[in-house]
Amino acid sequence: MAKQKVSTGSTTGKGGSTTVFEYAPAPESRSIVDISPSYGLFINGEFVDGAGTSFKTVNPATEEVLSEVAEASATDVDTAVKAARRAHSRVWSRMPGKERAKYLYRIARIMQERGRELAVLESIDNGKPIKESRDVDVPIAAAYFFYYAGWADKLEYSGYGTQSLGVAAQVIPWNFPLLMLSWKIAPALAAGNTVVLKPAETTPLTALLFAEICQQADLPPGVVNIITGAGETGRSLVEHDDVDKVAFTGSTDVGRAIARSVAGTNKKVTLELGGKAANIVFDDAPMDQAIEGIVNGIFFNQGHVCCAGSRLLVQESVADEVLERLKRRMSTLRVGDPLDKNTDVGAINSAEQLARIKELSAIGEEEGAGRWSPACDLPSNGFWFPPTLFTGVTQAHRIAREEIFGPVLSVLTFRTPSEAVEKANNTPYGLSAGVWTDKGSRILSMANQLRAGVVWANTFNKFDPTSPFGGYKESGYGREGGRHGLEAYLKGTH
Amino acid sequence: MATRATVRKTYKLYIGGAFPRSESGYSYVVNDAKGKFMANASLASRKDARDAVVAARKAFPGWAARTAYNRAQIVYRIAEVMEDRRPQFVDAVQQSEGRTAAQANKVVDDAIDRLVWYAGWADKITQVVGGANPVAGPFFNLSSPEPTGVVAVMAPQESSLLGLISVVAPAIVVGNTVVVTSSYERPLPAVTFAEVLATSDVPGGVVNILTGTAATTGPWLAGHMDVNAIDLTGVAGDAELATSLEQAAAENLKRVRRAPATEPDWSQDPGIDRMTGVLETKTVWHPIGS
Repeated sequence: MAKQKVSTGSTTGKGGSTTVFEYAPAPESRSIVDISPSYGLFINGEFVDGAGTSFKTVNPATEEVLSEVAEASATDVDTAVKAARRAHSRVWSRMPGKERAKYLYRIARIMQERGRELAVLESIDNGKPIKESRDVDVPIAAAYFFYYAGWADKLEYSGYGTQSLGVAAQVIPWNFPLLMLSWKIAPALAAGNTVVLKPAETTPLTALLFAEICQQADLPPGVVNIITGAGETGRSLVEHDDVDKVAFTGSTDVGRAIARSVAGTNKKVTLELGGKAANIVFDDAPMDQAIEGIVNGIFFNQGHVCCAGSRLLVQESVADEVLERLKRRMSTLRVGDPLDKNTDVGAINSAEQLARIKELSAIGEEEGAGRWSPACDLPSNGFWFPPTLFTGVTQAHRIAREEIFGPVLSVLTFRTPSEAVEKANNTPYGLSAGVWTDKGSRILSMANQLRAGVVWANTFNKFDPTSPFGGYKESGYGREGGRHGLEAYLKGTH
Repeated sequence: MATRATVRKTYKLYIGGAFPRSESGYSYVVNDAKGKFMANASLASRKDARDAVVAARKAFPGWAARTAYNRAQIVYRIAEVMEDRRPQFVDAVQQSEGRTAAQANKVVDDAIDRLVWYAGWADKITQVVGGANPVAGPFFNLSSPEPTGVVAVMAPQESSLLGLISVVAPAIVVGNTVVVTSSYERPLPAVTFAEVLATSDVPGGVVNILTGTAATTGPWLAGHMDVNAIDLTGVAGDAELATSLEQAAAENLKRVRRAPATEPDWSQDPGIDRMTGVLETKTVWHPIGS
């Protein structure tokens, strides 16, 4: 453990010491949220006891047990799918688009009204800093509902037809629980589908609060069903005979398993899977912004981001400068209490994920890369990992190939644009990429050559409901967001 | 026992977010559909029309620069506030247009729903009418719609609320600012609508409402060199006036939406041409290379 706290060279820069200023703690109050000691499943507009067992969800920053949540059995899944089917055929698919729109607008407005509550709950259950949940997750989640509400009565302009598919089985990850819920539910409902959604087992609480928001909005029963559980519940859901659509965000391995399991059915599938994005810094890059972009690219949300810029490709001529400035900047990151408004990097979401990050980092060292973390005091309880970078990484290293899904950056160098493209594309993934240069024509040339679904130029990790998001290659298929995001939930014009 | 006398409202113009009387001091009698006196409305003069254009021009850069998401939320907010004041609009439509309560309710429902429909277009029209152009060369080439500027609107004469909203909402939701001349004989719903605008986070000057005759304000707006487009829907059936306004508009090549022969059925699906008619397409080229 002590090893993680060792600082090697963070204070060698010309600027002298890189002390993190002392701040008085500025914790956001927890009193706004009311967590029930136990939760059932949200099926057909009501909370019901599941037929299965239950599991605990913990605060990853403290390991405090937050609540006991029902684990949906195959029978529960069936009940939820039946409720969704009924709601689809009797109510939701028959409702005029302009009326569906109003329910989605209501949901968007209630999410805005209860934004602070959602943000605090998200940070408690997930471990992400409150400034992220408050300024990113929750407002963008509400914006997704607002945006897709406006599509519900304009489907004839989408280019993908106006007919809904039916019941959508949706399984989402723990890194952006509420935001991923909105990416899934908003377009599905706008297009006239009903949903059964399973949040991740470590982060069910905001989805359950969302269920309550559906009740406040008077959403017809069965249009949204939230079932909690782990992998087995997810499998029962996506393999259920009566679902028309499977939407999954998560690991590439599970994505592959889903693609196999739907073979031979007529289920429409979209998969948003892993990534190993290259963040490419040229020697003419606006350096201050680039350093911020690198930090944002990999340490935002503790690196629990499928599109994280986890491979830094830096042009050789500026590599030393970039590394020095990057280390200095990393030394000022504040790691700690997710509810503190000053916190930059929060808790790792689970013990399991922490073990995976530790394992891959150890492998990075064993394979010969140079490991560095700034000095930082980590809390004694909870799951923590310091911002870390590896230098001298080669393309063959596992830390350059595998998704770590944590605050760990692998640094590689290149000399020419074509070498940067070659290295950036040398991955089975293809979700996102970053390019940093002052030269517009180079940005566009790189963007053309990068095999990735999203390319950020002189920025990183930007999300907007109007902007399609999704991957090439083994990062999955289908797009979420924008007009394009409707394709996944409509029958098409054939 | 003495009955209480009601406090009547003064119906004024709406310019730059304020409610002035006509600078001319003129007003005119507005009767309900049965010919009974309802109010004295301000009779907008050519000076009022010019003042309104100045206010609209001043508001344009800020409004056009708002994010589409923000404009969507504000137009949606107009619908929220209208829903809240629904009974007032039902009364106004019933009196002004001589409709039954059921008909007036339907009109108000349609008017609110139309605002919601247009609100959603703010951040969608770009993807529907814009796009990347695959030019035959190493160039990034992207076309996007942008608002044309200040739009003068002659609002429908018969449909005093639904018609008014159906011509104003498409212009503002895509980022234009508007000077609208309401129905002459049925101006009161427009003034009440102005009160909703004033309390819906719509910046002052984005919508300016004149009550009076199209024959008075029309020529000054059509000939105004700082107006970018004019919608002649409200002079439907008056081919002579419509033609003269179109001729005046030619001077600075305003985008003109011609007057129809008769007023359209406003309950129908409006389509997107009222938005595209007040949009410009901007195409950006940029080289692609190392």
